[in-house]
Amino acid sequence: MQTATEAPQAVLEIIDVSRRFGDFVALDKVSLNIQAGEFFTLLGPSGCGKTTLLRLIAGFDQVDEGEILLDGKPLTALNPEQRPIHTVFQSYALFPHMTVAENIAFPLRMTKIAKPVIDLMVREILEDVRLPDKAKHYPDELSGGQKQRIAIARALVNRPRLLLLDEPLSALDAKLREQMQIELINLQKEIGITFVYVTHDQGEALALSHRIAVMNKGEISQIDEPSVLYSCPDNRFVADFIGQCNLLDATVVSVAEKQLRIAIAGLGELDVCANPEIDFAVGDTCALTLRPEKIRLAAQLDITDDEVLFSGKVHDMLYLGDVTVYIIELANGVLIEAMLANDAPGRTRLFDTGDAVQIAWHTDAGHLVA
Amino acid sequence: MANRAERLSRILLSLPPGLYLLLLFAVPSLMMLFASFRFSGEYGGLAPWYYIEDGQFTLDLTLENWQRLFESDIYLGLLLKSLAYALATTLICVIMAYPLALMIARSKKRHRDLLLLLVILPFWSNFLVRIYAWMIIFSPQGVLTAALNVVTSSLGLEPITLMFSGTAVITCLVYVHLPFMILPLYANLEKHDHRLLDAAQDLGANRFQCFWLITWPLSLPGIYAGAVLVFIPSLGIFAIPDLLGGTNGIMIGNVIKQQFVESRDWPFGSVLSLVLTAITLVLVLLAAKLGSPAGENNGKK
Repeated sequence: MQTATEAPQAVLEIIDVSRRFGDFVALDKVSLNIQAGEFFTLLGPSGCGKTTLLRLIAGFDQVDEGEILLDGKPLTALNPEQRPIHTVFQSYALFPHMTVAENIAFPLRMTKIAKPVIDLMVREILEDVRLPDKAKHYPDELSGGQKQRIAIARALVNRPRLLLLDEPLSALDAKLREQMQIELINLQKEIGITFVYVTHDQGEALALSHRIAVMNKGEISQIDEPSVLYSCPDNRFVADFIGQCNLLDATVVSVAEKQLRIAIAGLGELDVCANPEIDFAVGDTCALTLRPEKIRLAAQLDITDDEVLFSGKVHDMLYLGDVTVYIIELANGVLIEAMLANDAPGRTRLFDTGDAVQIAWHTDAGHLVA
Repeated sequence: MANRAERLSRILLSLPPGLYLLLLFAVPSLMMLFASFRFSGEYGGLAPWYYIEDGQFTLDLTLENWQRLFESDIYLGLLLKSLAYALATTLICVIMAYPLALMIARSKKRHRDLLLLLVILPFWSNFLVRIYAWMIIFSPQGVLTAALNVVTSSLGLEPITLMFSGTAVITCLVYVHLPFMILPLYANLEKHDHRLLDAAQDLGANRFQCFWLITWPLSLPGIYAGAVLVFIPSLGIFAIPDLLGGTNGIMIGNVIKQQFVESRDWPFGSVLSLVLTAITLVLVLLAAKLGSPAGENNGKK
């Protein structure tokens, strides 16, 4: 994805926000800034606080501590209906007794816009979501994807400062979801409104966002662009949550300028590139994060000086069509997940469970976290 | 095959209610229609509908009973008055039941059953006993009348009587029928998706707009259902006006009862009953059309 443009002031500033429900801490001193025109995603497992944060921004809930600023002004005193922020709900929440046109006109009717202007704006936004002929239909008569687009149109029609999307695609099937993802990206680019997107689906987050905030247990684990998040996770949680990842516990054996030597239980010592963010000392515990697709796998491998090689046998395999995932059992029962693209012409020959194989990875391939 | 089995099961399933309607509604209605063209017997009941004179078969039917309906405006006036009473009862029930139903529907789940129990609690005592209770409340010596008259006399006004008036009848009609409005309205409101209100508020609607543009239109089917349950029994009722209405509070139901019991004029009683039934049927059909599950939009599917 593309880099977010640096804007002088953030549209939305969340400063040390905490929210507790009884003993449960839903949000613990969360701070983040969202820039104008950004497609920003809050990503995390259920219960991580992402929906709570969204409800706080929308105004359905009040912070216990901290502050939320929109364009530098505090939002706290404003009710949801007074905030220039709209939400696309997971359930779409289209009004069943109103036609599509009436649904979309709803936020406009709440302002003092003249009827002919409303009609024009409704028609325009229906063009934008490519459903111009559905104006007179009722929500019941629409498919899931169409409902979704109408819900987005309704939330966008009077140009909110911020659009909040609460897992909007989770009710759609996989094919449609991918199509809607592309449409969302294009729509956001066209309309230029700042999107704050909440999802637990890391694939969706990577595909859509300019920046992602990964949340865990009410705290922010990391905020970064998708490619940084994926290749250089800050911690074990992010590494594990985003994509598939081998997490190998290790101890630092020796430290050089750009390279470390670490000892992995069961595998022995090996070299890895240092993480410029973290200063490791000899004896520190750490974890090597290794993406399955960065591991080479074959029956026999020739390696370069910068690679490390291990022999093992296939423990399990998952044929996924485009790729095959192998779980390789190395010496001492260490399991490593590797991935092979099925890119050879014709029907791919696969390794069977029990086959002896070799795996190798570049010292640069792994990423070291604390 | 499956289609035929399905059709057969549908016919079998609709047989009991069909028979019920046929035997207890259609057939009696036709008998009444027939009776409305006959003469009444000398000692009540019906006169024979034919006689044979000199081997000549002659029908003995008449339009007199129907003409009588339009001869004086008493009966049509009473019909209109009964419609007005029933309408007033229904409207007052809507106004009183709505906040209550909304409150129950939005209260915590574990409280709802108790609150609903309180709504239907009056049904545990006999209908007539409850009306007699109102007679005591409304009686000139009753606490309510006495208290009101302390106020009126202190203001220098004439003392008022509550008993034997339209007010007494409508009050009691509302009291008796209120649960029939609360229950369907509650059943409707309880199913509302609260996220629709969140969405409306999110899109800029204040609390009043949320209610008026979302909750109210979505609750109309519940109101129509309740209105049918309140309006129709109110329209034909005779026990309440009999006991509380006196001569002022009389309704069409009293007159019909009178024709069959006191006046022993079954044919004219049949005429009045049929008119009442026809009006009721038209109103039920109207309400059924308005109250179909999701309002007008389901019709287009």
